[in-house]
Amino acid sequence: MAEALLHVDGLRISIPTDDGLAQILDHVDLEIPKGRIVGVVGESGCGKSTLVRAVLGILPRAARVDEGRIGFAGEDLLKLSPADMTRRIRGKAIGFIPQDPFLALNPVFTVGTQLLEIMRWHASDGRAAHRAHLVELLRAVQLPDPDAALDRYPHEFSGGQRQRLLIAGALACRPRLVIADEPTSALDVTTQLQILRLLRDLVSRFDVSMLFVTHDFGVVAQLCDDVMVMYAGQSVEAGPTAAVLDAPKHPYTQMLIACHPDRAQDLAGIPGSVASPLKPPSGCRFHPRCPSAKPVCHGPRPAQVHVAEREVACVLYG
Amino acid sequence: MLRFLVRRVLLVLPVLFGLLVLTFVLVRVVPNDPSASLAGQNATPQQIAEIRAKYGFDRPLIVQFGVYLKQVVQGDFGTSIQSGRPVARDIRQRLPATLELTFAALGLGIGLGVPLGVLAAVRHNRMLDHVLRFFTVGGIAIASFWFAIMLQLLFAMQLDLLPLRGRLSAIMDAPKHLTGLYLVDSLLTLRFDIFWDSLRHLILPAVTLSFGSLATITRFTRSGVLDTLQKEYVLYETAVGYPRWLMLWVYVLRNSVVATVTQVGLLFGALLAGAVVVEAVYDWPGIGSYAVFAIFTSDYKAILAVTLFVGVVYAIVNILVDVLHGVIDPRVAEQM
Repeated sequence: MAEALLHVDGLRISIPTDDGLAQILDHVDLEIPKGRIVGVVGESGCGKSTLVRAVLGILPRAARVDEGRIGFAGEDLLKLSPADMTRRIRGKAIGFIPQDPFLALNPVFTVGTQLLEIMRWHASDGRAAHRAHLVELLRAVQLPDPDAALDRYPHEFSGGQRQRLLIAGALACRPRLVIADEPTSALDVTTQLQILRLLRDLVSRFDVSMLFVTHDFGVVAQLCDDVMVMYAGQSVEAGPTAAVLDAPKHPYTQMLIACHPDRAQDLAGIPGSVASPLKPPSGCRFHPRCPSAKPVCHGPRPAQVHVAEREVACVLYG
Repeated sequence: MLRFLVRRVLLVLPVLFGLLVLTFVLVRVVPNDPSASLAGQNATPQQIAEIRAKYGFDRPLIVQFGVYLKQVVQGDFGTSIQSGRPVARDIRQRLPATLELTFAALGLGIGLGVPLGVLAAVRHNRMLDHVLRFFTVGGIAIASFWFAIMLQLLFAMQLDLLPLRGRLSAIMDAPKHLTGLYLVDSLLTLRFDIFWDSLRHLILPAVTLSFGSLATITRFTRSGVLDTLQKEYVLYETAVGYPRWLMLWVYVLRNSVVATVTQVGLLFGALLAGAVVVEAVYDWPGIGSYAVFAIFTSDYKAILAVTLFVGVVYAIVNILVDVLHGVIDPRVAEQM
């Protein structure tokens, strides 16, 4: 396996609330090797967005990092100052593609103003050079009439076009890693497919790595080299996409894949709902919903074991 | 855009007509006979009747209104009973003083209110926010004539820092008339002594007049910014490394001031109305004190003209506010 660009180790994050301490992330591990696309999959509320915000250093003010390390290109991002994160990491070394292109662009500024603003604070050449580079990128993301597009406002574009603009914004400062937070969930299915193909091309063309957050195993299958499955703030299974999809080991992964509309025999889903971070179950957080649960699952959190090319945190494989 | 403007102007006309009717009726139903006050204390009933006939006060109200309306449409606002000069000339002469005062107050309100509103939103529910809330609620609640007298007592009488009343010291001559705004004219003619003197005179009235609008602008900016800070694009702009100050003061603020701008349009009316009180207390020679004097002396043509004039200014300002909405938000401009 190639050298890892991003390396999240045992990350634990909690947020104090009126009802007590919410353990949002409880031991998350993630590795993104250079040049690869890693999908992070899980149901809503399992901590995917918190993981993204932790890497970008934009956690809610109340959130506390209790434990762990976020290694990126030889540095621990958790130890960088806010000023360093703004200047060297966000928008610069790590590009970001947001979830909803309809809401992520500021409605009262032209898209050119907004995208050039990213470059103005992270790249040294002049505005004209930035503009030229941006037009080139818009061509790469196949946006029609890129030069004129920069002087238009967000509401003049369709959802797919806006997502292309945002992808160009993510690539603007020649990042090493791009984080995409469910970038296709707000788009219709045909546009979704075009955007996924585009992302695949761009990753190899611009030599970046990608962290791709989604709740859809179908998208993972189309796009991602590796996958990490999260449940209730814990990483439960991580490995090459092909291996995990063909023979999922963790019961949660198995059920999640079985739920996908393309494969499901009946639309039963997984009984119950995601464990609350306020009073999480002890041990493996999935055990209340797990068909293979045993008394030992209530005990300490199962350790990650290496089985058939992937890491699994489940007592079945201990 | 042009169609939008034409439509807005046409819509204003019936409003102004209604304003004129209402004021005309109000002025004339008050049991106060202008003929009597014109004729003086020792006039005989016969003299009063003569004056009544001379000014047409003996004719039916509707006829009087018709005559007046015809004159107004022709641009003739009549003669002031008290000054004996055309009302239009009186207003033109006194207008710059009122404009100087209102613009100064509005400038203070916007220049301080918007930043304070942003700060209150950023420090939401913390010390600064609470302190500002105390003052803004106070600012809306305090009666301006009382506030004016308190400022006079403190800064003019007790501390002797600022002049008590008027627009210029008695020993000063008004600067050469260019715009009629003393601050501007004195600067243009390089008379810095006049500039300084008129500035000192302007401070207390402007502060008094601005207090209520300052409070309103602060409140509206605060809630606008709080609202915008919840938007997805703020999270996006943070995630792609916009510096925080830039995001707040440019990208968030422009989205937040739409409600504030609407308020400024409405406040302009409140400022003109407030100017009546403030000018009376500070003896400021504008159309506000002119209106007060006109009311006390039943100078009904002056009252009507001032009311109509304020109505026109208010309408123009609010059309400008709508245009400004289009400048701030391109989506609004498309619908104009």
